[in-house]
Amino acid sequence: MNNKAHTPPSGSNPAPISPRPTFRDRLRKAMGHSDDLSIQKQINRRTFISFSAFFLLGAAAWKSWFWIKDAAQSDGVQAPLRKGLNINEKILKPTLSPNHLAKTYPTSQAARNVRPNGNIGTHAQGFDPSTWQLEVATLDRGVLTIGIDELKQLPKTEFAFEFKCIEGWSQVSWWGGVKFSDFIHHYGLEREAALTYVGLSTPDDKYYVGIDTPSALHPQTLLCYEMTGQPLPPEHGAPLRLIIPVKYGVKNLKRIGKIFFSNDRPRDYWFERGYDYYCGL
Amino acid sequence: MKKLVPKHPLAIRWMHWINFPVLFVMIWSGMLIYWANDVFKIHLGHNIIFSFFPDGFYKTLHLSRRLAEGMAFHFIFMWVFFLNGLAYVLYTLFSGEWRYLFPNKHSFKEAWQVLLHDLHIRKHSRRSTSASLVDGSDSARSGAPPQGKFNGAQKIAYTGIIVMGLGSVLTGLAIYKPIQFQWLCLCFGGYAAARIIHFILTLLYCIFFLVHVFQVILAGWNNFRAMVTGWEVVNIAPPPVVVATATVPAPLAAAPTAPTPAPSTPIEPPLTTPISDPVAPPPPPVDHPQTPSHE
Repeated sequence: MNNKAHTPPSGSNPAPISPRPTFRDRLRKAMGHSDDLSIQKQINRRTFISFSAFFLLGAAAWKSWFWIKDAAQSDGVQAPLRKGLNINEKILKPTLSPNHLAKTYPTSQAARNVRPNGNIGTHAQGFDPSTWQLEVATLDRGVLTIGIDELKQLPKTEFAFEFKCIEGWSQVSWWGGVKFSDFIHHYGLEREAALTYVGLSTPDDKYYVGIDTPSALHPQTLLCYEMTGQPLPPEHGAPLRLIIPVKYGVKNLKRIGKIFFSNDRPRDYWFERGYDYYCGL
Repeated sequence: MKKLVPKHPLAIRWMHWINFPVLFVMIWSGMLIYWANDVFKIHLGHNIIFSFFPDGFYKTLHLSRRLAEGMAFHFIFMWVFFLNGLAYVLYTLFSGEWRYLFPNKHSFKEAWQVLLHDLHIRKHSRRSTSASLVDGSDSARSGAPPQGKFNGAQKIAYTGIIVMGLGSVLTGLAIYKPIQFQWLCLCFGGYAAARIIHFILTLLYCIFFLVHVFQVILAGWNNFRAMVTGWEVVNIAPPPVVVATATVPAPLAAAPTAPTPAPSTPIEPPLTTPISDPVAPPPPPVDHPQTPSHE
């Protein structure tokens, strides 16, 4: 039986161990990792080093927090957050599909008291719905003016869906009107609709929104003139409002006065007040 | 005798301490959002028991009229919350740490005992149940059979919080994009229901947080320190004293597991050459027929 373990290590004269500790040894000792130290010294040093790192990182996190919180504003919100919201838009925009339809409900389930919420741009006195005309800025045909009766000649689409407000409430409500995409095709606005954004505003320009064109062309986006089977009431934006289920209520502009198309983001009322531009659902 | 024993891996400590402020930001920004439509109440019949939240609450914490800011913070820190949680789940799965964390069939009974003990209903020795919700090391100290880092109550709590995190991410996505992820939204019973679940999960985080911090305080410094440093100080029994005679080489005396040789048999030399004691002369090679082969 040959037990190799019994033979001494290579060489008959093992090299004498240097009494001088190497840099690594000294570093390990300073960090409390060396067995040369008493156990209490190891505990103390390693605790001190870990907690120093912990508090330094904590301080860095604290500092970063205030860097964000106290950053200069960009359209109503801290600039780093605005950047983040725009990145979110890029990440989540591709999920938008014309095949993803908002769930529709039987009209019997629609609310009878439909919540109007905001009235910016619709409370001005002296507005006369009977003389109202929609103004559409085209690329090469100037401004088209379209009356409400003309729009009512186009195929009507109606459905009830769960309207969602950015505040957090939602309500099943029933709307009728012209599909925005039907409107585009009827008035030969395909070239305009090839631009990135659609801008809409009230006649007095007090309220205005910008919408990415794919959302505007979503099959459930309506130029809406009926609510709950009745003509649209004034507080809901008579004679014509936007209903766009793939956006929060803030984008569902009431009392549309003007429509235009652009490759730049049209100005947007709530965007300027710190909200996400996209607001897609 | 004290010994430093590794407890929490570096990755888990990082993820834990990243999650702490991020979860705080998520809850705070969530309250800024909730303020805009603060409709949740606890009813008993028609009696409102509690309305989330009283005006004084918003006022004290300055939560009013900050919806835009709340949404911005929420929809940015959600990524950190999600990615950190995902990294944690992947790490625990691939490192094998999940074995310490995932409850087994004994965990529920054990958790019940821990609960009874912690509520002072049953007077159990802390050691025998390894009772505290956060300090699983007691068993090691008392010499009880090792049961891993965490007791049953901890396993359930720490696995449950991950399920809750997943719930928050999924209900959050359902609320965030209820039409593009409509199937998800419908899984939770619709938009309004997903909001309620998301809210209840947040309340549960707050309860978890309070119990967790309370238990950490009870468990003491050694346990808390381990979440920062990674190791715990454990008391171990000193090695048995072996009376060394002049003929016994020093390394043998230091090996407590060496069998005591019978008087008639020659002293068995150590099977491995000691390198820790360079001064000791190498033992003479002995090829005894009774020496067991270790090869």
